[in-house]
Amino acid sequence: MPAQAAGRAQALSIDSAYRIREAVHRRDRSARETAAAALARIEKADRVLRAFLTVEPERVLARADAVDRLVAQGGAPLPLAGVPVAVKDNICTRGLRTSCGSKILANFIPPYDATVIARLERAGAVVLGKTNCDEFAMGSSTENSAFQTTHNPYDLDRVPGGSSGGSAVAVAAGMCPLALGSETGGSVRQPASFCGILGLKPTYGRVSRYGLVAFASSLDAVGPMANDARDMALILSVIAGHDPADATSSAVPVPDYLAELQLPVKGMRLGIPREYFGPGLDPAVREIVEAAFRNASALGCEIEEVSLPHAEYAIADYYIIAPAEASSNLARYDAVRYGYRVPDARDLADMYRRSRREGFGAEVKRRIMIGTFALSSGYYEAYYGRAMKVRRLIQEDFRRVFASVDALLAPVSPTPAFRIGEKVDDPLAMYLSDIFTVTANLVGIPAISIPCGNTPEGLPVGLQIMGNHFAEAAILRLAHAYLQACPVARPPLQA
Amino acid sequence: MSVTREEILRIAELAKLHFEEEELDAFTVQFQRILDYIEKLRAVPIEGVEDAAHVPASAGPAGRMLREDRVTPSLAVGEALGNAPDSGRGHFKVPKVI
Repeated sequence: MPAQAAGRAQALSIDSAYRIREAVHRRDRSARETAAAALARIEKADRVLRAFLTVEPERVLARADAVDRLVAQGGAPLPLAGVPVAVKDNICTRGLRTSCGSKILANFIPPYDATVIARLERAGAVVLGKTNCDEFAMGSSTENSAFQTTHNPYDLDRVPGGSSGGSAVAVAAGMCPLALGSETGGSVRQPASFCGILGLKPTYGRVSRYGLVAFASSLDAVGPMANDARDMALILSVIAGHDPADATSSAVPVPDYLAELQLPVKGMRLGIPREYFGPGLDPAVREIVEAAFRNASALGCEIEEVSLPHAEYAIADYYIIAPAEASSNLARYDAVRYGYRVPDARDLADMYRRSRREGFGAEVKRRIMIGTFALSSGYYEAYYGRAMKVRRLIQEDFRRVFASVDALLAPVSPTPAFRIGEKVDDPLAMYLSDIFTVTANLVGIPAISIPCGNTPEGLPVGLQIMGNHFAEAAILRLAHAYLQACPVARPPLQA
Repeated sequence: MSVTREEILRIAELAKLHFEEEELDAFTVQFQRILDYIEKLRAVPIEGVEDAAHVPASAGPAGRMLREDRVTPSLAVGEALGNAPDSGRGHFKVPKVI
């Protein structure tokens, strides 16, 4: 296509969700041309980046046309009219293959939409496709996908983070302004941090989990990813809220996140946990994050040191509870009702064992085994029982701290994006990279990663803001104020 | 604690996972390393500590709300069988059980 049209096509897809929806409503642009531009960008960049597992252009354009027809009819404005959204492949989309990055679900076509998908579509959004992830969301690099490796868009030899790596890359590389990922131990915040974008883990129960394929039911959350706080507030306001189909979803009213974005942050009390600044923290990350604390202070926030006495136990606690819950949740992959079945099973037991053996990858098997062990007779009290009590202690640490501060500031990851292959053979090293993120999942609080700088090698570093239960409005407000005052230039894209 | 090969096989049977001989040793080593790390939790004093609630507190009263006992439409049989590896006459088909 001619250079000028190509430039405009590119500009269309990387525009913010807010601007896209305004333009679509004013009829300055159509949902169709916006979707077409996003598809063109995927066509060009994704050969190299490999963020998407499934894109069906006909389906996307048909959906965009439907949105254009709705807009033409007038009626109530659609909050996300024509906005393309990438969806992590562990979130069910009706009629569109949903693999969870696993061979065991390679051909699974959900007969229903996740609630978050239904809400996005009711709001006029256009689901662009399904993004790559670590198998069943188990991983911190997207290297555990059974299908392909996704590349960091600023350095192709590096990981995008995980498990929501594909979604992070889709947004960072300008394929679409919004994406959905999921979190169990940091899988939205960490890839957001590695890719220089925003990633939010909402309060447990704030966003429906119906249709999010379960990994660990007391830790899982759907988390949006975006380029700015206003877009984040926009998508959160669409997907948040009680859902009768999710018995753990909360009836706490949803605030007007967009309206509250502009409220002042001066006087917000921010705590910095002293236990997070030990030897494992990369010096470049430490320097950048400490500068971010000074920036927050310059906004008029009061910064103080706080203590989370059980911080050092969070990873061990998480790596008992999450695998335990996973071992139960993944028992459903028994080749009976859906999923991969070995073609020549001798009998039922053989069918179970060999289908699961061939269908699951190594990390999934590892976690199922740890979880089964921790719940097994003779070990339950010493492992799972103990872990549940330590979880209570960790929750108490946060309850105490939130009596004196409004939010906590912390790093997201001890390092910037590591090299592909660097940690994949050392499961424990991979687990330890979750050290700053798992706590928010264990406690159920909301937490966001925002870009706050780049290392000398040109790799993004994220700042984490953690809030009290249901305090998304406050952490979004701080994120917005921070990013307005201290914008970070992204490193150049490699694709 | 040190985990034996027999222990690994027992857990694999519970989880309906199968490991080939040549995989077992490498797997046992990795498993043991993770277990050694998790032992960290032994150092935490837990006497008198309640369990964390199974569903985090943020789920709130709604997490325990009940709905009316009214039947509503669900998946049609065809839809429910849509991903079945084998099916027939409106049922999922599996290898002989007995």
